[in-house]
Amino acid sequence: MLSKILLLLGITLMYSTPLVFGALGGVISERSGVVNIGIEGMMTVGAFTAAAVSYFTGNPWLGLLAAGAAGGLISLLHAVASVTFKADQTISGIAINLIGPGLALFFCRLMFDDATMTLPAKTLPKLFGESGFADSPLKNLNVDVTVVLALAVSAAMWFFLYRTKWGLHVRSVGEHPAAADTLGINVSRVRYLCVFVSGILAGFGGASMTLAIISQFTPTAISGQGFIALAAVIFGKWTPFGAYGACLLFGFAQALTIVLGGGDFAVPSQILAMLPYILTIVVLILFVGRSVAPKADGEPYEKGVR
Amino acid sequence: MKTTVKILKKPITSTFIAILFGFLVAAVVLVFAGYNPWESFGALFQGIFAKPKYISNVIIKATPIILTGLSVAFAFKTGMFNIGAEGQYIAGTIAAVCVGVKFNFAPVIQIPLVVLSGVLAGAIFGGIIGYLKARFGIHEVITSIMLNWIGLYLSNFIVNTAAYHQPNSTSSFAVNDSSFTMLLPNWKTSKAGMAALKPHQWLYEMMLKTDVNFGILIAVVMALVIWVLLYRSTKGYELRAVGFNRDAAEFAGINVGRNITQAMLIAGALAGLAGALAITGTSPHKISQMAAFENNGFNGLSVALIAGSSPIGCIFAGLLFGGLLYGGQSVQQDVGAPTEIINIMIGTIVFFVALTKIVPSLADRLEKRGAHRVK
Amino acid sequence: MEVNREYAVQMHGITKMFGSFCALNDVSLDVKKGTIHAILGENGAGKSTLMNVLYGLYQAEAGEIFLNGEKVNIKNPNIAIEHGIGMVHQHFMLVDNFTVTQNIILGNEVTNQFGVLNMKKAREEILEIVKKYGLEVDPDEKIEDISVGMQQRVEILKALYRGVDLLILDEPTAVLTPQEIDDLIQIMRNLIADGKTIIIITHKLKEIKASSDVCTIIRRGEYIDTVNVADVDQEELATKMVGHAVQLVVEKSPADPGEVVFEIDNLTVRDERKLEAVKNLSLKVRKGEIVGVAGIDGNGQKELVEAITNLTRAVSGTIKINGAEIQNTTPRNVIDHKISTVHEDRQKRGLVLPFTVAENMVVEKYRRPPYSKSGMLNRSEILSYTKNLIKEYDIRPDNCESQPVRGLSGGNQQKVILAREISNEPDLLIAVQPTRGLDVGAIEYVHKTLIRERDRGRAILLISLELDEVMNVADTIDVIYAGTIVDSFKQGEVDEKTIGLLMAGGKLDENNSQNS
Repeated sequence: MLSKILLLLGITLMYSTPLVFGALGGVISERSGVVNIGIEGMMTVGAFTAAAVSYFTGNPWLGLLAAGAAGGLISLLHAVASVTFKADQTISGIAINLIGPGLALFFCRLMFDDATMTLPAKTLPKLFGESGFADSPLKNLNVDVTVVLALAVSAAMWFFLYRTKWGLHVRSVGEHPAAADTLGINVSRVRYLCVFVSGILAGFGGASMTLAIISQFTPTAISGQGFIALAAVIFGKWTPFGAYGACLLFGFAQALTIVLGGGDFAVPSQILAMLPYILTIVVLILFVGRSVAPKADGEPYEKGVR
Repeated sequence: MKTTVKILKKPITSTFIAILFGFLVAAVVLVFAGYNPWESFGALFQGIFAKPKYISNVIIKATPIILTGLSVAFAFKTGMFNIGAEGQYIAGTIAAVCVGVKFNFAPVIQIPLVVLSGVLAGAIFGGIIGYLKARFGIHEVITSIMLNWIGLYLSNFIVNTAAYHQPNSTSSFAVNDSSFTMLLPNWKTSKAGMAALKPHQWLYEMMLKTDVNFGILIAVVMALVIWVLLYRSTKGYELRAVGFNRDAAEFAGINVGRNITQAMLIAGALAGLAGALAITGTSPHKISQMAAFENNGFNGLSVALIAGSSPIGCIFAGLLFGGLLYGGQSVQQDVGAPTEIINIMIGTIVFFVALTKIVPSLADRLEKRGAHRVK
Repeated sequence: MEVNREYAVQMHGITKMFGSFCALNDVSLDVKKGTIHAILGENGAGKSTLMNVLYGLYQAEAGEIFLNGEKVNIKNPNIAIEHGIGMVHQHFMLVDNFTVTQNIILGNEVTNQFGVLNMKKAREEILEIVKKYGLEVDPDEKIEDISVGMQQRVEILKALYRGVDLLILDEPTAVLTPQEIDDLIQIMRNLIADGKTIIIITHKLKEIKASSDVCTIIRRGEYIDTVNVADVDQEELATKMVGHAVQLVVEKSPADPGEVVFEIDNLTVRDERKLEAVKNLSLKVRKGEIVGVAGIDGNGQKELVEAITNLTRAVSGTIKINGAEIQNTTPRNVIDHKISTVHEDRQKRGLVLPFTVAENMVVEKYRRPPYSKSGMLNRSEILSYTKNLIKEYDIRPDNCESQPVRGLSGGNQQKVILAREISNEPDLLIAVQPTRGLDVGAIEYVHKTLIRERDRGRAILLISLELDEVMNVADTIDVIYAGTIVDSFKQGEVDEKTIGLLMAGGKLDENNSQNS
C-alpha cells in the first residue's frame, strides 16, 4: 500500500513537471499583459532541441540549456508581434503553435534520416542517482532533477513577482501599463523580457518531457501539454503557486490513471484518462468560479490611448 | 496613390500579403535546408492541380476544416474563443459512428439521422462551454481544452467497447452503407456506372479514385447560412451585440447569458457537422484509436484567422489550407523536403495575418501624409 | 517672452501633430515659480496634450522647453521626473489591486542591493510626507477599496514622494465634492508655501477664480491669452475659452408638473461587496418635471440606476412606473415599460462601439416591426429611420449612418444616445451624467434637449455629480447621501453651499446654528 502511494506521488510529480514549466511561462508572460497561447509550440521546440542536442553531444544538461534557448528564441516572434506590432496576441500565439511543431519536425526529419522522432538521447539524472533507494519503496521518490527544478523555479518566480521591485514592475505593466509608463517603467522592455522568459521556461518544459519522462522526441511528445499548462495558468489564477497546484492536480489525475489502470479496478483506462479533465471542470464549478486575469492581459499598450 | 491606399485598406490585401510572406519564409527555410524552393513550390502546385483527383482530394480535405473554421469564426463574431472545435468535431464523429453503426434505415432517413446526431453531439459539447461561461463565468478556453481531451478519450473508449470495436483492429466498425454521402456510391462502382464514366476520363478519375461527396456543398451552404444569420437576422444582431459589448447589450435588454450559450451551441453544431460529414463522406467511415489530436478543429482556428472570421472567407481559406495540406505531401515525395514545411508556411501565414492587421492603418498614415503634402 | 530663471517652466512655440491633426499649434506657456497657474480650455482644446509634452509622454514636432531658465529635452517621463516634474492625470494612473504604498513607490522603490523590496521603510517615508502636508491616507489599503478623493491624494503623494518641484494637476476637481475641493485648494496652498509650483488644467471657471494666480487660455490647439486671474471675471474667461459670448445660466421657463409617473419607495440595494449602497431611498418624478439627484460619487447613485434598470436586484422596496412595479424583473421589461436611460458610461453601457450608427439606433427595438420581420432585420427601414434621426439631432458627420459609431466625437456619440432614447417616446427619461466629457457647445445642447423634452411633458430624472448642472437644469433637487435622499428642494429655494453641505453628510440644523 505504502509503495502504491509513493508510486502515485512519484508519477504525479513526474507528469506534472513539464506542465509546471509551461504554466510558469504562461504566468510570467500574462502577468506582464501578454497572452501566451503559444506555450504548446514553444514546448515542442524545446522538446526537440533538448533531445537532439543531448543525442549529438551526449550531454543532457547542454540539451536542457539549448531547449531554453530555442524556446526563448521562438518566443521572440511572439514578442515582436504582440509588443512591437501590437498584433492580436491570440492569433500570434496560434501561429507559434503551428510554426513551432513545424520547425521541430522539419529539422527532426533533416537530422534523423527522415524520421519524425529522434533516436534515444541521454537523459537527465535522477535526484539520488540511478540506483538511489534501489529495491526500497522509497525508490518511487527518486524523481528526476527536473521535478525539483520546477519547484525551485515556482518559488523563485513567486519571490520575484511579490518581493522584488522588478516583480512590482511586471505586475504593474500587466494591470495598468499607462500608469507604469508615467512612472518611467519601460512597458515594452518589461513585456519583451517576460515573453522571452516565458519561452525559456516553456523550452525547459519541453526538455523535461524528452530528457526525463521519455528519452526521445516524438511527434506526440508534447501534443496538448501546452494547452493544459494554459488551463493551469487560468485555473491557478495567474499565480506561480496556483499554477503549480493546478499542474499537480493534472499530474495526479494522470498518475491515478496509470496506477489504477494496472488492473486492480474494472474501470476502462480511457474513462480514467478522462478524469483529470472532468475533475478540472467540476472543481471550477464548485470552488473557483470566475478567475480574473491581469487587467491589461492581451491588450497591446499604445501611448496616449486611455 | 489613392488607389494604392484604397487597395491597401481592403482586408483581403492584408491576407494576400500574409500568404506571400508565408511562401517567402518557407522558401528561406527550404534554401537553408538545402532544397530548391522553386522545385518545392512546383511540386506543391503539381500536387494540388496536376490531376482531377488531386483537386477532388483537396476539396475533400477542405470540407471539414471549412466547417470547423466556420465554427471558430462564428464564435469569434459572438465574442467567444472556440478553441474547442477539435473536441466538438470528435463528438460529431463519435455520434455519427454510434448511430450509423446501430441503425440501418433507408438513406433518406439514415443520412439525416446520422448527420444530425453528429450535429447534436457537437452542439452539446459547445453548449456546455457556453453554459458554463454564462452561468458560472468559467473561462471558455479552459472548458474547451478540457472537453477536447474528454472527446479524445471518449472516442478511444467507444472504439474499444465491445459493441463498436472491430475485432483485430484499432478502430470501430464502419457505419452502414446507407449513411454514405458520396456521389452515387453504389452506381459508380457498378458495371453500368463504370461504363458510363469510362469515356469521360476526368469524371472517371474524380468519381472512382476519390470519395467525392456532398460535404463541400453543405459546407458552402452553411457558410451562406451563417452569414445571413449573423448579418441579416435579429438573432445574429443580438449575438454580435453581445460579442462586441456585453455590458451595452445587457443594458439594452438583451439576455447575455442565453446568447453566449446559444452562440456556443451553434459553433459546436458546426464543428459536429464537420465530424459527421467526415464519417459519412470519406473512407474509412469509422473512428480509430487516437494517440494525439488529428487537428481538424485546430486547423479550423487557422482557417478562421486567415479568413478574418468572415464566414464566406472561410470557404476560400479552407480550400487554401486543404490545398497546402494535401499538396504538401507531394513536396516530400517529389523533392524530398520534409512535408512539415507546409506547417511552417501555414504558421507563417497566420503569423503575418496577425501582423498585417496594421496594413490598413499604415495605409491610413500614407493617405494622411499624402493629404499633408497636398496642403 | 524671454527665458528667465524666475520661471519654473517656459514652453515656447510648441506644435504637436497626431497624424494630420494639429493638436497644438505654436502654443507658449510661462509659469512663474511659486505660483498656481491655470490652463483653461474646452475638452479637446489641447490642455492635456500640452502637459503630456511637458511630462515627456509626447514629443512635440516643434518648440522649446525651459525649466528654471535651462533648456531641456524631455524625451520620456523619466527625464521629467528627474527634473522634478510630477503629474496627476485626470484618469488616475493607479493600479487598482496594488496597495497605496505599492502605487506610490512604483518605479522608485526602496530596496536592498539585490532589488528586494523594503516595504517597511517605504511605508515610513510615505507616512512622513502624509504628516507634512496633511494628506491623510492609509498606506496599506488597496486602491480599489478607497474613495476617489483618497485616490487623488495617493496621486499627489506619488509626485511628492519623488520630490517634485512642479506639480501638474489635470482636471483635479472633476470628481470631488465642494468640500473636498476646498481641502484640495488648501493642500495646494500648503505646497506653494513649501516653495513648489503648480499647474492646474481645468475647464471650470469658478475654481480658477478660487485657486489660481495666473491663467493661460487655449482654444482648439491655439494659444489665446494669459491673464492675471484677479483682473478678469468668469464671463470674460468663458468668452476667451469658447471664442464667443456664452450663457453660463441655462435658460428655461418654470416647470408645469403633472401627475406622478415614477415613484421609488423605500428602496434598498446592495453593491458588489454586499454592502447596502442604497438604503430606504424614496423619490418621485412628475410629468413635465426634471428631478435632479445631486450627490458625491459613491453615495449610491450607481446602484440606484442599476436597480431601476434591473442590472442588479433590489433587496427591498418598490420601483413603480405608471403604477406598475418593475423592480427585480429584467432590463427588457424596464424598456418595455417606457423607461429610457442615458447611461453615464457611453462607451461601456450606451453604445456598441464597433456597430454602425444605424445598428446602435435600434439596439432596443430591433426585434419590433418595422425594423425587423419574422426574425430578419429590415435594413432599409433601419437606415431611413437613422437618417431621419441624424437630421433631427444634427449628428455629424451627416452621412454617418453606416459608419461605426466609434469614429464619432464624444458629443456626437451622446447625440446618438439621446436621439435613440428620446425617440423611444419614454414616459420616464433617466439621464445619468449626460454631459460627462463633453465640451461647452455639446453640454448646452444636452441641457436644452432635456428641457425641451420636459416641456413636452416627459418626466425626467437627472443624476449628476456636477452640482452646477443639477442646480441649473433640475426643477426639483434631491440630495443623495449614503444611499438615501436626505433632503429635497425646489429650484431657486436653496443655495449651492447648503446642498454641498448636505452632499457631504452635514445637517442643516448645524449649519443654521453656525450661521446664527
